[in-house]
Amino acid sequence: MERDYSKMQRPNDVYFFATCLVDLFCPEAGMDAIQLLEREGIRVHFPENQTCCGQPAYTSGYADEARAVAKVQLDLFPNDWPVVVPSGSCAGMMRHHYPTLFAGDAALQAKAEALSARVFELTEFLVKVLKVNWKGSGKPAKLTLHTSCSARREMGTHLHARELLGQLAGVEVLQQSHESECCGFGGTFAVRQPAISAAMAGDKADALKETGAEKFVSADGGCLMNIDGTLEKRRDSFRGQHLASFLWQQTQGEKR
Amino acid sequence: MSTQPLQFVPGSEFKRRAAEVVANPFLRKSFRGAMDFLMAKRAAQFPDPELLERQRTLAEHIRRYSLSRLPQLLEQLEANLVKNGVKVHWAETPDEANAIILGICREHGAELMVKGKSMVSEEVELNHAMEQNGIEALESDMGEYIVQLAGEKPSHIIMPAIHKTKQQIAKLFEEKVPGVSYTEDVDALIQVGRDVLRKKFMDADIGLSGVNFAVAETGTLCLVENEGNGRMCTTVPDVHIAITGIEKVVEKLEHVVPLYGLLTRSATGQAITTYFNVITGPRRNGEKDGPKEMHLVLVDNGRTQAFADEQLRQTLQCIRCGACMNHCPVYTRIGGHAYGTTYPGPIGEIISPHMMGLAATHVLPGASTLCGACGEVCPVKIPIPDLLIRLREEATHDAKPGHAPLVGQGAGKSTFASLAYKGFAFLYSRPALYRTFAWAATRFRFLTPSNQAGWTVTRTPLKPAAKSLRELLAERRK
Amino acid sequence: MSARDKILGKLRAAQARPLPNPDDAVVAHYASLPRTAQDQLAQEFAEKITAWHAEVHTVPRGQWVDKLKDIVAEKGIRTLLYPPAKAHGKALEASGVAGLKPYDRPIDEWKQELFEGVDAAITGTRGAIAETGTLIVWPDADEPRLMSLVPPIHIALVDADTIVPTLYDAITAQGWSQGLPTNALLITGPSKTADIQQTLAYGAHGPKELIVLLLTGEASQ
Repeated sequence: MERDYSKMQRPNDVYFFATCLVDLFCPEAGMDAIQLLEREGIRVHFPENQTCCGQPAYTSGYADEARAVAKVQLDLFPNDWPVVVPSGSCAGMMRHHYPTLFAGDAALQAKAEALSARVFELTEFLVKVLKVNWKGSGKPAKLTLHTSCSARREMGTHLHARELLGQLAGVEVLQQSHESECCGFGGTFAVRQPAISAAMAGDKADALKETGAEKFVSADGGCLMNIDGTLEKRRDSFRGQHLASFLWQQTQGEKR
Repeated sequence: MSTQPLQFVPGSEFKRRAAEVVANPFLRKSFRGAMDFLMAKRAAQFPDPELLERQRTLAEHIRRYSLSRLPQLLEQLEANLVKNGVKVHWAETPDEANAIILGICREHGAELMVKGKSMVSEEVELNHAMEQNGIEALESDMGEYIVQLAGEKPSHIIMPAIHKTKQQIAKLFEEKVPGVSYTEDVDALIQVGRDVLRKKFMDADIGLSGVNFAVAETGTLCLVENEGNGRMCTTVPDVHIAITGIEKVVEKLEHVVPLYGLLTRSATGQAITTYFNVITGPRRNGEKDGPKEMHLVLVDNGRTQAFADEQLRQTLQCIRCGACMNHCPVYTRIGGHAYGTTYPGPIGEIISPHMMGLAATHVLPGASTLCGACGEVCPVKIPIPDLLIRLREEATHDAKPGHAPLVGQGAGKSTFASLAYKGFAFLYSRPALYRTFAWAATRFRFLTPSNQAGWTVTRTPLKPAAKSLRELLAERRK
Repeated sequence: MSARDKILGKLRAAQARPLPNPDDAVVAHYASLPRTAQDQLAQEFAEKITAWHAEVHTVPRGQWVDKLKDIVAEKGIRTLLYPPAKAHGKALEASGVAGLKPYDRPIDEWKQELFEGVDAAITGTRGAIAETGTLIVWPDADEPRLMSLVPPIHIALVDADTIVPTLYDAITAQGWSQGLPTNALLITGPSKTADIQQTLAYGAHGPKELIVLLLTGEASQ
């Protein structure tokens, strides 16, 4: 879905919605994302009451439970600042599905719509709003990029990630086969249909590895856990890294 | 041909059957190759994404408009067909549809029916019904013929025999067609089918076909095909019976053009098919060929249930191109048979619950990662992922107050899942409690179970980090 | 209550919101697409239908019968089915092409012969579509439906002046909705299938060969 960025001002403050996965399973990626934003001169606010966007319940058909969780998040962002989310599918949930989720309640729906308009996936925010222009100062790296499929389809995050990686000197992004294909995570799908999910995750791990890259990066915690968990079980040393961490690592020489 | 066991398998078998295919490297490779081929062919037809988007918007508009006037259009279609000399029948259920067709066959003392490709006839299991009553119902689409000869069901709505290799088909023909010796030459194999079926077209009493578009304003049935078997079925036998779902009607011929253009490009990556067969009635006085009698059977089979709800109604926009299955990463892994339904893949997951009830199909809406590939390629913009989520909800809950329950409403309820999501909601809607939980989960991460159900079969266990992000932030503030 | 009344009753009970008619959007869509210039139509049609595996011979209007004789000889056509009441049928009768077989009686009387004893058929067309390389075939009492289907070779006469840019043009400009035959046909190449391992094979059930005589130049008759 195309968004009009032309009228967006560079803000002084943003909210950071870490997502439950980043908070608990890859906090360093969240930290790196925050530092990336701060280096651009942005004050990053972390609402302490944040929990989860509610997606696991929503996509499983438990709308009431999703609403109960999402309702709490609606109250986290009182000021009219952008909300930056370091995970594509969670950003997509808040941006595209919150308004529908609260369709039965005019007041909450209005709130959800207002929030939806200022939710940004991290890479989108860096590219489209902050218009960062990095040079890259890290070690040369050959990598490949996996984007969450809902994020790429709902928000075009693959384009933003590619643009950021393209700015970095010495970083070569290799193209895997079936790039746009899902890694088989699908939230609870991985547990409900383990055989199919495993086949998809295995194929995805193969495709990423076959590029000859030294690692893959992704801006989605769920995909990372799925593919990395698969590789680790295979005792393969090939691994993924959260895009925010890779960006932070490769841009240490950048100034504000 | 022998009577085949044509009954559907229940949805509960899905998981086991899927696991079986996934474990078969030969099938995996063959589905992957076939889907890659179809995806590349489709992509080549749509080089301009902006134009494609305009075409899809227009097609969606036409389909939605047609559905918004469905009862009126059906009546108009019926009136005009009758004017053109076509007999129109209505069937609420598969049994009714089969009884109508059997009645027509009996009236003509029919022994042999040749069939053009019709997914609705698969849906009502017409072949089974005919054979039980001593009428040979022979598939004539090459893929359908092969599948029928093998005693199987189609595994794809456009490419029915996509799960079979030429070696398997060669062996099948050698075994089942008298006088045919083993050959892997595709032209020769097709010639075998041609020779067998030409005799059947000549001898058949009844020709049965599906319908791609029914035009209300003119009382016209449009059929899309490459082989010519559809034309044989609709032209050579004395009686032509067309069978279709009630949703296939559009108002005018002009509305068909954009839909047809998207159908063939989305399905097989062809700009057009060899034949576009536009039928407006049986043989007229003075004409030398064409059927002397023509029937249309309009089938409901659960479509009115989907129609009753504004969101679910979008399911009926489908023009049966199969692009959603070609692009589905799940279908690509498991093929069509695992679903156990007439329509496999994403469209099958959203339409089968209306046809077969949620009791038999509640697993299917869950057989998707919601990656969105299906919705992205759908030529009529059916929001398939949204409909999957909706059906997951209907499968696991009672009907909302004021809403009529779907057939099999709540059949997928599970105490465990229900408690799990209640627990999820309880924990994650209480920030203070969640913080305590996060603190405990990180502190006691060594207690994380190493067996995490389906997750750890092929993955290492999920383990919380030593400190949560909020803790790291708190430490930084100090 | 009949199944009809039950089905219609359920559909009506849903009270679907009326949606705007797409007619203007359809017109606007086709108006927005680039159009092939009039003088390019024949060439585009010939290229496209050739790509669909048809054989195209461009001949001056007055000389198609001669070309046809060559084709009959070259392909070894022993029996050529033709429509005796049509102008092109009469022209053929006058020409003395060998092996002519008129389609002059109902199929019921000679079905087996049609299926087993006819090598080729020749038909006219109502026009053709450049964009997709498609024949518009308009069967009637004098030129029945099966001519373009059963014989292994279908020879079609296309007058270059009747080629339109798109299917949409054909349907609107020729006013199809005002008078359709029992079986109008669009034909784009010979019969084909890719049902065995996605391998393309021609002559699945219909003609194995489609030969187009594209008639150009000044009318000579």
